Amino acid sequence: MSSAPVSAPLVEVPAAGGPGRAPLAKKGLVSDHPTWCPGCGDFAVLASFYRVLEKLNYPQESIVTFAGIGCSSRFPYFVNSHGGHFIHGRSLPFAAAISLGRDDLHVFAFGGDGDGFSIGGNHLFHAARKNTKMTYVIMDNSVYGLTKKQTSPTSPIGFKSKTDPWGAMEQPVNPMKTLLTAGATFVARSHATQVNHMTEMMLRAAQHDGFSVVEILSECVEFNEGAFDAANPRKGGKWQLIDLKKNDGTPEDAARHDPTDEFSAMKLALADAPGYFGVFYEVNRPTKNKLERDLIARTREKTKGASALQLLEGTFAKMR
Amino acid sequence: MVSPNSSTPGGQPGSAAASSAEKTTIPDVVIRLAGNSQDGIQSVGGFLARLAGRSDQDVMTYMTIPATISGGPSIFQVRMGTGDILSSGDQADFLVAFYQHSYESHIGALRPGGVLIYDTDHVKPNPDDRRFTNVGIPITSATVEAVGGTGKDKGKNIFVLGLIARIFDLDVPKLSTLIKERLGGRGDEAVRNAMMAFDAGYAHPVENLLGHLYRFARATSAGTTASRPAVTMDGNTAMVYGLLTAGVRYGAAYPITPWSSIMEMLRTELPKYGGLFVQAEDEIAAVSHALGFAYSGHLSVTGSSGPGLSLKMEALGWGSMAEIPLICINVQRGGPSTGLPTSIEQSDLMQALYGSHGDTPRVVLAPKDVEDCFYIAIEAARIAKEFSTPVIILTDQALATRIEAFEEPDLKNLVKEHTLDLTPAPVDYKPYPLDTWPKHVPPGTRMLSGKYPTVTGLEHDEAGHPSGSPAVHAKMNARRREKIKAVAKSLPAHEIYGDQSGDVLVVGWCSTYGPIREAVNQLRKSDNAPKIGQLHLRHLAPFAPGLGEIFARYKKVVVCELNDEGLYGYGQLASLLRAAYANPAIVSVTKTDGLTFKVREIVAGVQKHLSA
Ligand SMILES: Cc1ncc(C[n+]2csc(CCOP(=O)(O)OP(=O)(O)O)c2C)c(N)n1
Ligand code: SF4
Repeated sequence: MSSAPVSAPLVEVPAAGGPGRAPLAKKGLVSDHPTWCPGCGDFAVLASFYRVLEKLNYPQESIVTFAGIGCSSRFPYFVNSHGGHFIHGRSLPFAAAISLGRDDLHVFAFGGDGDGFSIGGNHLFHAARKNTKMTYVIMDNSVYGLTKKQTSPTSPIGFKSKTDPWGAMEQPVNPMKTLLTAGATFVARSHATQVNHMTEMMLRAAQHDGFSVVEILSECVEFNEGAFDAANPRKGGKWQLIDLKKNDGTPEDAARHDPTDEFSAMKLALADAPGYFGVFYEVNRPTKNKLERDLIARTREKTKGASALQLLEGTFAKMR
Repeated sequence: MVSPNSSTPGGQPGSAAASSAEKTTIPDVVIRLAGNSQDGIQSVGGFLARLAGRSDQDVMTYMTIPATISGGPSIFQVRMGTGDILSSGDQADFLVAFYQHSYESHIGALRPGGVLIYDTDHVKPNPDDRRFTNVGIPITSATVEAVGGTGKDKGKNIFVLGLIARIFDLDVPKLSTLIKERLGGRGDEAVRNAMMAFDAGYAHPVENLLGHLYRFARATSAGTTASRPAVTMDGNTAMVYGLLTAGVRYGAAYPITPWSSIMEMLRTELPKYGGLFVQAEDEIAAVSHALGFAYSGHLSVTGSSGPGLSLKMEALGWGSMAEIPLICINVQRGGPSTGLPTSIEQSDLMQALYGSHGDTPRVVLAPKDVEDCFYIAIEAARIAKEFSTPVIILTDQALATRIEAFEEPDLKNLVKEHTLDLTPAPVDYKPYPLDTWPKHVPPGTRMLSGKYPTVTGLEHDEAGHPSGSPAVHAKMNARRREKIKAVAKSLPAHEIYGDQSGDVLVVGWCSTYGPIREAVNQLRKSDNAPKIGQLHLRHLAPFAPGLGEIFARYKKVVVCELNDEGLYGYGQLASLLRAAYANPAIVSVTKTDGLTFKVREIVAGVQKHLSA
């Protein structure tokens, strides 16, 4: 084997997205055909995400999609963008670093409830408090899909799975409550059967300047069929939307909500399953990206923009 | 003072009447300061080390960090003198004991005939022990008297520094400058007090008790080939500046001793270089962050010590699979588990080589001394970039904390800035080509084919598509293996010190370099000296080519390392070499007492194998 660089003709093809270019279109965003089971809720999430990207119209090469491991974490394979998948549960620190290291990129992370709340729970907590600019989409199916039906941290008590044949007995994670507690600056919830809502939530998340999370109830037809029917109006369920406009003055109107009000966001989060849908919380707190950039600017000012060589020479002179 | 023909300080306890002008010339001296960590013992060591660096003298220090949170007994040992100083000394020539416990715990480290300097305010030496020259000085009260005011006995350390300056005829103006530089930040008052303590120590007529004073032999011109001035620092600091010189601007880690000081320095320094360092929630997040930085196109670093390296293993496996450049430093300490967190051991070699799932061929490097901590970081960066692979650096607790002086690096020719390369990728770009090594294209790169690449830990084909095909897996495993073998071809040839063939080759890695060199020097000078060579391995995976042929030239190959002899009687590197070269002449000298090798332990070990 030689170590010669790959060389091939540079054939210019018109790039999509960004100002002055052909708009990003679904056609250019579709990559491999999804390998999910027919009927899996994740298809709808993917379709919505294409629409989000079309609307955002970022230069295609600046979009990065990353994931952990799981059915849902296969997501990046189906989006024609830079990206890939990392190890189980660790997509957040990986993706956050991409965002911190490269302000020119648009970073999205995807995963399942196991990936996000179980093995990656610690990272979710810290990603929320660090507030790095990126968007995290959790496809919550309340079961482990890829590994074929084990209990997940969001499985309800009594849920029968291969690891809980007699029914799950542990208190499920409440994602909204957890994220609010951790200090996330954008927290929203949607349902994979509500395509417009889901698109809107992801779009708003992507436009948020900070760490934004959207939890999407996404049914695993294979191992947890009907799990979210209770929130699906077409299946006779109750679609309880957090309504920003609705304000008729009645005190018991729980869904009337100011998304900067953390206390009332928490009250919404505490509602029984299937709960509310919409933006629970949205505030602006300085992002880690900005704080680090400011720190760099301040120190560079102190060192008068010295070059690496000048800095090193200065340090070594002090060590003589 | 290891040189057998040097005159020995304190060797003439009877000659107390000698005039103060009488000075005995010595090649070097080992001084151990024993007290409590809040006494500033480390800073005395630091001043002496710095002074040696500024005086064309060589120096090596050794210290213990108390495992307690604050305070607690602490020592600092410094060996300084002329010529190459290769180890911090088997035994101390001078022991300075601040407290009774310092005396009791460390008198055993003083060689018979050595000098005990003790604080008469706190220490009562055993009057029946006549092995040493006992020099009692009221260190505490003399300091209080000199400094006065509210400082109490603060400054005892600087008083002792003055004392040492007198005993060894050190360069007082240079020392005063160092003290002023070091304490200047704390205000004039601090400098004034320190100088008063120093002057009092220097003025103390210690020669009346010692019998004479000392002076270091002049360096022979042969030893001074350096064209740049010497710099003095510890191994972790040298590593940090090696990384910065190599162009590393991003990193992430989680604190753990003795790694922490690297991350603390990087967090302080990197913003000045336009970079950033993240303190992650744990080591898994740390390596994930570092890989994220690397994926996004930056040269990046993570690091830890023993247990932290274990946590990083899954992600490091991903790094090998996805072929992402990364530097991962492991400052070894005693294991297993939390083991002996502040002691030295070299027992993470197997973990570094194999500690991941699957077949994960690795690049593993180890620095040989403090200076090499600087250069190994640069080499790791080169390999990581050139071969798009994680590189593990195995350093250790002794190197991390010990201070050495070395020639200032040729920064102008070494400093690198890496620019982000976002050249559009050609139509036939393949991330994992079978016939060449990969070029990772970071996000932001336009793909002229219109197809954007995914990087993944799943087995994949040349284009990066996941593939469950066993045939593809076999081919790709071979490709990753061959890539690491190609690294071997880029390495410098092995250098052997001493006899190029003959009775015995002594092999070592990491911080054992100096003590092994000193042991080999001693053995070469002994009666019936064996034909003996030393081979120090800086590249532990892959080995540079030709190792098997070198081993074949010696009757015995003795591998000295600070880890356990294991179930089959061989240390970790020895096991590896025996497996790789199937040479039964490869044998082991190992120990795990948490201390660096004493020269005599290596000499004895080699002699035992020679006579076996
Ligand atoms: C370290 C590690 N532990 C376990 C696994 C096995 N594993 C793969 S995916 C998964 C759970 C997936 O569940 P979830 O994140 O909810 O995603 P889903 O498949 O349901 O979309 C597990 C346990 C793994 N890949 N790595
Ligand atoms: S197993 Fe469940 S989550 Fe996975 S693809 Fe099938 S339906 Fe979707």
